[in-house]
Amino acid sequence: MKQLTPKERMKIPRHAMIEQDPQVRNRNFEEVNLGYAEQMAIEEAQRCLQCPKPTCVEGCPVHIQIKDFIAFIAEGDFLGAVKKIKEDNALPAICGRVCPQEEQCEQACVVGKRNDPVAIGYLERFVADYERNSGKVDIPVPKPSTGKRVAIVGSGPAGLSCANDLCQLGHEVTVFEALHELGGVLVYGIPEFRLPKAIVRKEIDGLKAMGVRFETDAVIGRITTVDELLGEEGFDAVFLGVGAGLPWFMGIPGENMVGVYSANEFLTRVNLMKAYEFPNYDSPILDCHDKNVAVFGGGNTAMDAVRTAKRLGARNAYCIYRRSEREMPARVEEVKHAKEEGIQFMLLTSPLEFLGDENEWLHAVRLIKMELGEPDDSGRRRPIPIKGSEYELSIDIAIVAIGNGANPLIPQTTPDIEMSKRGTIVVDEETMKTSKKGVFAGGDIVTGGATVILAMGAGRKAAQAIDQYITSGEW
Amino acid sequence: MFKIINARFLAENIKMFEIEAAKIAKKRKAGQFVIIRIDEHGERIPLTIADSNLEKGTISLIVQGVGKTTKELNMKETGDTILDVVGPLGKPSEIENFGTAVSVGGGVGTAIAYPTAVALKEAGNYVITINGARSKDLVILEDEMKAVSDESYVTTDDGSYGFHGFVTQKLQELIDQGKKIDFVLAIGPIPMMRAIAEVTRPYKIKTVVSLNPIMIDGTGMCGGCRVIVNGKTQFACVDGPEFDAHAVDFKNLVDRNRTYADLEKKALEKFEHNCHLVEKINELEK
Ligand SMILES: Cc1cc2nc3c(=O)[nH]c(=O)nc-3n(C[C@H](O)[C@H](O)[C@H](O)COP(=O)(O)OP(=O)(O)OC[C@H]3O[C@@H](n4cnc5c(N)ncnc54)[C@H](O)[C@@H]3O)c2cc1C
Ligand code: SF4
Ligand code: FES
Repeated sequence: MKQLTPKERMKIPRHAMIEQDPQVRNRNFEEVNLGYAEQMAIEEAQRCLQCPKPTCVEGCPVHIQIKDFIAFIAEGDFLGAVKKIKEDNALPAICGRVCPQEEQCEQACVVGKRNDPVAIGYLERFVADYERNSGKVDIPVPKPSTGKRVAIVGSGPAGLSCANDLCQLGHEVTVFEALHELGGVLVYGIPEFRLPKAIVRKEIDGLKAMGVRFETDAVIGRITTVDELLGEEGFDAVFLGVGAGLPWFMGIPGENMVGVYSANEFLTRVNLMKAYEFPNYDSPILDCHDKNVAVFGGGNTAMDAVRTAKRLGARNAYCIYRRSEREMPARVEEVKHAKEEGIQFMLLTSPLEFLGDENEWLHAVRLIKMELGEPDDSGRRRPIPIKGSEYELSIDIAIVAIGNGANPLIPQTTPDIEMSKRGTIVVDEETMKTSKKGVFAGGDIVTGGATVILAMGAGRKAAQAIDQYITSGEW
Repeated sequence: MFKIINARFLAENIKMFEIEAAKIAKKRKAGQFVIIRIDEHGERIPLTIADSNLEKGTISLIVQGVGKTTKELNMKETGDTILDVVGPLGKPSEIENFGTAVSVGGGVGTAIAYPTAVALKEAGNYVITINGARSKDLVILEDEMKAVSDESYVTTDDGSYGFHGFVTQKLQELIDQGKKIDFVLAIGPIPMMRAIAEVTRPYKIKTVVSLNPIMIDGTGMCGGCRVIVNGKTQFACVDGPEFDAHAVDFKNLVDRNRTYADLEKKALEKFEHNCHLVEKINELEK
């Protein structure tokens, strides 16, 4: 194949993702993005300039060797590309779908300075899917058994990636999960239309095949405490990847009315309990069909909830956010998709109060318009209410998606672990060690609600430190 | 998979299950509950642990068939299995030697009150139990309750057994008799717990109720179980299930528990219709 010059490479336009038609997909739960075809992937890979100092790698929280994996794709060696990615990221099919690339690798991509950046996320996703569909997924053979045992608490991305690395190093790994399904937010939070559950299951099957053990229905802190894991249960180390599963509410009047959900509850009912198939599945959810549903918040969770409500038949699905679109923490692609699907955005708007009937059934929300003032601690401009701009919006269902705090269960039952004021676990940033000997932590329980890739990176970092600790015995 | 090693009816529509769950049996304390899911299609529902047996490694659950899931559960027999049993969840009852403690159980609530009555007795309280049922054949755990009580009363709404009237009337009677009561635990239908709270409020008797809001995960993740206590939102699965009866917003609990009333009715009708069909087919096959 003839080598393209950088100029020629710069001329190739970015390949758009093949997507389900918005008016079709907003009625089903199948994946929105359908993926690249092989030829598209190769051409997209040819857009990469193979920079001597690839800035994209700096932009990636786990420093995937982006330039190198893209080079494999350009040559049509897709399996070589996945292998390269997996040196740094165990879950490319997932990250390729849910990472905020526009703030990470793609933001740092040199091509993006003049053109659209190389579609690094789509390429990552493409090769991971290629590998999975080829049936040639490499299940690594773990090193000889060390006889050491590690307990992992929580089966989200942090726990899974930590389990993966430790198992490969020859340690015996057991993952304890509170719910009946494995995967954490990947299964109960992020909907099927963005991340098919079969993909998550496949990754977990891979871990099982490698020898990782899983125990579901096990709420650590209740059935077994961390001290007991290290004591009578005989584990040499414990990794806490319990996530940030405590939904925040807004603290406004009427928030406990019938019809007001946390996004966690709404999404769990749909994703985990399959309430949209009621009564074939027993868990109910309030009927969204032909109803007015309002979601409060501007992050990924809000997008997932509002798009789910639309798919459940909502007549009007509103996303109500108190800042402007620029400040929305959601992935850009999700906001774009939401708009295409007919989600109505009410920006610079904040709720004051929920209103209902005498049986506390929600029928409206009182809103107020906001304007942006000076930047606050987060660097985003602070929203300020505009006096006299209050008005009422008639709604039947409200979903609060303003974020999650740290779940207090482990801290309450393990008092000797140091916590921050925010309720997160304090760790050494290099080793992910907590203040308690033998206990490590990572993911949302340390950072507060963050991203899949950060959780995954933390799990891997901890795995290295755990390996050192249990093989050397030195804390 | 959790195996049912013994299932038997205690009264019409009220069934007791002994389930193999050694770890939970070892850990559970009075006042805690489990969340169960019958099968892949099942919903997750909370059930209070009524008892445990360390030698056998079992926990006991007592279930009244009201909705689809509880009715389906009550069709399970010895030897059947339940897919998921998670626990023990919730905070254990706060037990101390209060002095004279009254445990009030209404209907199947008696089963839930039982372990706490045992714990109150063990802590050295003078224990009075009042157990209410609609009528004689719905009275459960009478002997067990008697065994842990210094005084025990049964009330029936229709007067077919014991004291004729409601548990609240019996409690009021005891108070009127001049009994010095230091602590009341009330577990049962919401209207009953609410009424008990009103009986003890004027006397400022410390009163605790065990709440039963709708739950999913039981770990504090969904917020579906939120209740209002002292004007503040609490998650019953992690902050409860027991709360100060005088601070609970019962109206909100009643309203929230009605969220799925229509849908549940539909599910139940469909289930009973199917059961009926299965029976018919069985008959025809005979
Ligand atoms: C709706 C939604 C959409 C999101 N979308 C994106 C996105 O597009 N891109 C992105 O990068 N990030 C996204 N996020 C954030 C991302 O999912 C999280 O940052 C990430 O999952 C955190 O991983 P984790 O492993 O720390 O925890 P989690 O994924 O939360 O997993 C923790 C697990 O631990 C279990 N657990 C908790 N307590 C116990 C206990 N005591 N004993 C046993 N098990 C326990 C929980 O049940 C859970 O399964 C989203 C989050 C939500 C809620
Ligand atoms: S910065 Fe962009 S062009 Fe440069 S190596 Fe990375 S992906 Fe390729
Ligand atoms: S049951 Fe979900 S938070 Fe309590």
